[in-house]
Amino acid sequence: MTESTHPTVWLQHNKIQLALHQLKGDTKDQSSTPLLLLHGLGEPLQPPTPPWDQWSGPIWALDFTGHGASTVPRGGGYTAEALMGDVDVALAEIGPATILGRGLGAYVGLLTAGARPELTRGVILSDGSGLTGGGEGPQSSTWFLPGDADGRAPDPYALYELSNDVRPADYAVNFLHLLLAGSELEVPLVVAAKNRPPWLAAVAKDPAVITEPLEQAFGRYNPVP
Amino acid sequence: MGRYSLAVTNASSPSAGSYAGARAPDRFWKVSSSGLSLAAYQWGQDDGRPVLLSHGGFDFARTMDTFAPLLADGGWRVIGWDHRGHGDSEHAALYNWDADIRDGVAVLDSITDQAVPIVGHSKGGALALTLATIRPDRVTALVNLDGLPSHRTVPDISDRERKRLMASELTARLDFRRRAHLSLRRPGTPQELALRRQKMNPRLSLEWLQYLVTVGARESEDGWRWKLDPSMRFGGFGPIRPEWSLARMPGIGVPMLAVLGVEQEAMGWGTLPEDVEPWLPPGAQLVPLQGVGHFAHIEQPDVVANLVLEFLS
Repeated sequence: MTESTHPTVWLQHNKIQLALHQLKGDTKDQSSTPLLLLHGLGEPLQPPTPPWDQWSGPIWALDFTGHGASTVPRGGGYTAEALMGDVDVALAEIGPATILGRGLGAYVGLLTAGARPELTRGVILSDGSGLTGGGEGPQSSTWFLPGDADGRAPDPYALYELSNDVRPADYAVNFLHLLLAGSELEVPLVVAAKNRPPWLAAVAKDPAVITEPLEQAFGRYNPVP
Repeated sequence: MGRYSLAVTNASSPSAGSYAGARAPDRFWKVSSSGLSLAAYQWGQDDGRPVLLSHGGFDFARTMDTFAPLLADGGWRVIGWDHRGHGDSEHAALYNWDADIRDGVAVLDSITDQAVPIVGHSKGGALALTLATIRPDRVTALVNLDGLPSHRTVPDISDRERKRLMASELTARLDFRRRAHLSLRRPGTPQELALRRQKMNPRLSLEWLQYLVTVGARESEDGWRWKLDPSMRFGGFGPIRPEWSLARMPGIGVPMLAVLGVEQEAMGWGTLPEDVEPWLPPGAQLVPLQGVGHFAHIEQPDVVANLVLEFLS
């Protein structure tokens, strides 16, 4: 368990207890869009730094399964799709939100936004650990047994499996198209990442997607600039 | 803490039913796969040569109760296990392909550190195929029972329609996940559970499915339920494409026997001999069985067991 100085809401996703940290704002504030921060692979909770603290609404940060204060399950079995369920459970709690995803959180943010366009008020895909995954092909089934799976976060199975999971470009683009079809926003997704693994290069290439620096993308979705 | 522990008990259950040719395992023990508890079974004697037997998706080890004893009678020490979330194994928080493979190796480690033949049905056959390519040091021969994928996809639905299907499937899946911690399998009488299973296994007799209820379901206050983790759902989900397994096949370096049930049915993969022939490794045997469906080893246990025994000899 990771100590947090912020209020934490505990959510149940199947057998996992998820920690959703409120970094800023009043839990009862329904007036402005919340910002949901999704961390990179293996990252501990990061306090918001400028300009993120300028967000006019509440700011939340979710610990994925096997990370931070969330449950570390036994025996691995991680998929980005399971983590998409983590984010969806968080959205069910906080309502429609702008998602800022780092690394792994960018990929999972894309999947979630495509699956739940009505709950997404813009998604920003940014650099961070676990952005690349395991490539596009079928070669990524590999042998791994961690020597130190002791129940502490980050789960070594998460670190391994979510840096080796297959991420085909056409699969990612399918989620983008679902988002574009289901969102009311003119620009529902921004690519701010400088690193562009194949899945992200394919997303960034779509004419409906804007690529711009992180600060600019943040300003685009901040309800009160 | 070791990776596995042995706690040998009698496998016989007081409520187990009977079925002609079905035999309960001779031993039952628990294996820890990185802390996750798996149920392992042995048909046959300890001095037999070990063979690892892997069941299909949504099945469980005891679905081998007619087939495994035939291999045991042929001199083999047949080791099966319930995949995580199935049968008497622990319901896991997470499931993926690599985890199932680690679990299988943990079971194998619990009886031997040597290489053994692996026999797998359906998903279990595809698992065996992967295991043979990523842990070739543990596999001496491979038998795949109707678990070979093909390049076939859902025929001719438009891209727009495919996306709409995907969107509604995603919504349904996430809606389900939000309340998965509350979900239970649907209760019923043993007869109702057998009849429900028959919809997915239309070629198997009701008598057999009733027997399966006695070893694969448990009774609670409001009725019987299959032991399967209620958070598991049918339908592939995620970027993995079944035909990717085909790409592994030419690299198999051990003798391989592939049995295909040619009769098509709901649980089958629709694979035809011509789909897999070009991908077989050198020397592999492909045996299409006419008039037999996806559960070839249950429909024709003697025929399939004789094929396997001859191959392994």
